Amino acid sequence: MTEDISALWVTLRLALVSTSILLLLGMPLAWWLVRTGSRLRTVVESLVALPLVLPPTVLGFYLLIALGPDGIIGGLTDHGLAFSFTGLVIGSVLYSLPFVVQPLQNAFSAVSPLILEAAGTLRASALDRFFSIVLPLSRPGLITAATLGFAHTVGEFGVVLMIGGNIPGKTQVLSIAIYDHVEALEYGRAHWLSGGLLLFSFLILFLVYRQNGRRE
Amino acid sequence: MLLAVSVSAAAETVHVAVASNFTGALRLLAQSFEKSGAHQVRISAASTGKLYAQIRHGAPYDLFLAADRARPERLEQEGLAVAGSRFTYALGRLVFWAPGREFEGAANVLLARPDVRRIAIANPRTAPYGLAARQTLEAIGLWQRLQGRLVRGENIGQTFQFIASGAAQMGFVALAQLPEESPRPGYRWLVQPEFYRPIRQQAVLLRRGADNAAAAAFLAYLRSGEARRLIAGQGYGLEDDE
Amino acid sequence: MSSIDFRFELERGNFRLETGAVLPGFGVTALFGASGSGKTSLLRCIAGLERARGRLEVNGECWQDSENRLFVPPHRRALGYVFQEAALFPHLRVKANLEYGRRRTPAGARKGSLDHCCDILGIGGLLQRYPHQLSGGERQRVALGRALLNSPRLLLMDEPMAALDRPRKAEILPYLERLHEEADIPVLYVTHDLEELARIADQLALIENGRILKQGPLAEMLASLDLPIARDEDAGAVIETQVIRHDDEYHLTHLGFCGGEILVGRIQRAMGERLKIRIHARDVSLALQPPGETSILNVVKAVVTEMADQGPGRIMVRLDAGGTPLLARITRKSQSRLGLKTGMPVYAQIKSVALSI
Repeated sequence: MTEDISALWVTLRLALVSTSILLLLGMPLAWWLVRTGSRLRTVVESLVALPLVLPPTVLGFYLLIALGPDGIIGGLTDHGLAFSFTGLVIGSVLYSLPFVVQPLQNAFSAVSPLILEAAGTLRASALDRFFSIVLPLSRPGLITAATLGFAHTVGEFGVVLMIGGNIPGKTQVLSIAIYDHVEALEYGRAHWLSGGLLLFSFLILFLVYRQNGRRE
Repeated sequence: MLLAVSVSAAAETVHVAVASNFTGALRLLAQSFEKSGAHQVRISAASTGKLYAQIRHGAPYDLFLAADRARPERLEQEGLAVAGSRFTYALGRLVFWAPGREFEGAANVLLARPDVRRIAIANPRTAPYGLAARQTLEAIGLWQRLQGRLVRGENIGQTFQFIASGAAQMGFVALAQLPEESPRPGYRWLVQPEFYRPIRQQAVLLRRGADNAAAAAFLAYLRSGEARRLIAGQGYGLEDDE
Repeated sequence: MSSIDFRFELERGNFRLETGAVLPGFGVTALFGASGSGKTSLLRCIAGLERARGRLEVNGECWQDSENRLFVPPHRRALGYVFQEAALFPHLRVKANLEYGRRRTPAGARKGSLDHCCDILGIGGLLQRYPHQLSGGERQRVALGRALLNSPRLLLMDEPMAALDRPRKAEILPYLERLHEEADIPVLYVTHDLEELARIADQLALIENGRILKQGPLAEMLASLDLPIARDEDAGAVIETQVIRHDDEYHLTHLGFCGGEILVGRIQRAMGERLKIRIHARDVSLALQPPGETSILNVVKAVVTEMADQGPGRIMVRLDAGGTPLLARITRKSQSRLGLKTGMPVYAQIKSVALSI
């Protein structure tokens, strides 16, 4: 049971950290995608969307290699990042990126350029405009992005399975713990965790949709 | 010609659910079985735990080749398998593997070296090879000491991947995963059978396949000398008493 | 020194803007032209919203000089910009909209106050509303207030009434007319509506095909027969007048100007107050003799200075009434019957006068 609680804790921590990074990374990225005329746009857009079509095991496999002690990412550190919490965060961020970037992109592109120009003539710099106009107007999209990023990280299994190494208290997340219980024929505990996860996910989605519905 | 026609008229298909680690061996067995008779073999591979859950919920398998003894036994108790049909078709053999390492010395010395950061084993709770790895580490007195460095694959296949990708430096895998014909370089130690309780991989005839001639034929074939030679060639041990 | 001095080159697809001018650095200058002539593009270049090649200096301050790689971004230009659509920030209340630019203006550079702005624009009661709760006219007034509270050094207005219907326009025009008095800054006002510009502007710059064709004081420009506006159905002269007498018996007001006196229905204006009136060319008829018995009150002595054939069968006559230009549109038949020639003295009968009140 303590293992289940620590799995829950790891999961929440992972989801919170990943979601924060996803938003910090996703906002400028989505803004760039909306505003740029660069030819690189399509390339970047496709790369971001890749996790939508790739099976998680494929992404997980490449991540395992990349995060390993000799990999392109892991090689930058002393001992690699596979089987570490940091590694999980990197994996989750990559895997959930489209779920965050795309709602942000939709929200940002709905902000009228005219309104931004108006703000520009009222002494607001580009950064000022982003925070005082773009973000408040994109609030529903922002909430959707954060929720999807969070929920997707909580529900993530395939990638974590590949790069996590199932270390209790460090990289063992809820979905893995559930999987273990099923494999070990501990159906009772599996039910508890699965039911809890189901309820939790439903609750989050419900709250977000209600919030967005109210604003319309 | 006449004979062939009459035989093929009786031809049936046996649907075998097999634990992932034995999939390669089963393919070879099925090939040779299909050549000698008219029956067909269809293979579904997954982890033993998953297959067990599927069978309990009505999956259409005739025969179950598990990676352990516990689950076929339970199916038998639950009345989902034909009583008395259960037997050990192979003994899993555990091997310690450190690819790309030149090391003259015993594995326990290598394992204890401080520069070894990540050691992969299969999850002892769910995978028979994981349990064997744990028993081995306990036997050589390293289980407690290595706790912080152990990473656990969900099954022996994933454990192999951890090591092969370089993410973990070494670990315990199944001998069947390191075939003799294409040797991978590195340090390996074939763990002595005394260090872990035998990994009895048991087969059982499921109720659904009770009246399936192909299932009966394939079960009989598994016990044949030819099949046993094939199984041994794939890196498995055999139980002597049969 | 007091001028808006610019030269721009801009290409956008098929459209090419290549023009320069020195516009007065005070008062309201209308940029007038057909749609697609480049009025809006020019305004956007001046605001820095469009990055053209060229140079721009506003009352001695250089905002752009491509040769020296100088380009002051819009947010550092101290502008007021009023768009065709109000472009209010939908997530902010009217008050926050009005204060958006003001909050970003250094305290020392702030001019005017929120209260005063609300007073002159009549928006004091709207402060707690959101933009979507406003009428079109109210929105445009808030947009104007927002621009003025930005303490601009230059006010740019891009057809601020184009999206409004007639009653809404009538609601806003008085506020715009007061701009002269309220803002001691230059205003560039884009429009393609002759009525609007006659009422609001002091100066007029004509734009055609991405070039400034001609510019000058409003009255002079409106009376130029060689400009396309003379062909407009609403062509006519604008006259600066002064209230000289109220006639309570007949309920009339006498307005004086260089060329004489004009009578209009009694208006509530103080003696001596200046008033701009507009006389459409179609409302002016000509006679060689002083008309005898007529119901028309306003007859002004003038001299024919120029005539232009506006075919078919129509002639535009430019008159000089004691230094004030007037326009009269007559038929070719009338022209030949009267034997009109330049330099000929005539009597201009004015059927109606448009007042800007």
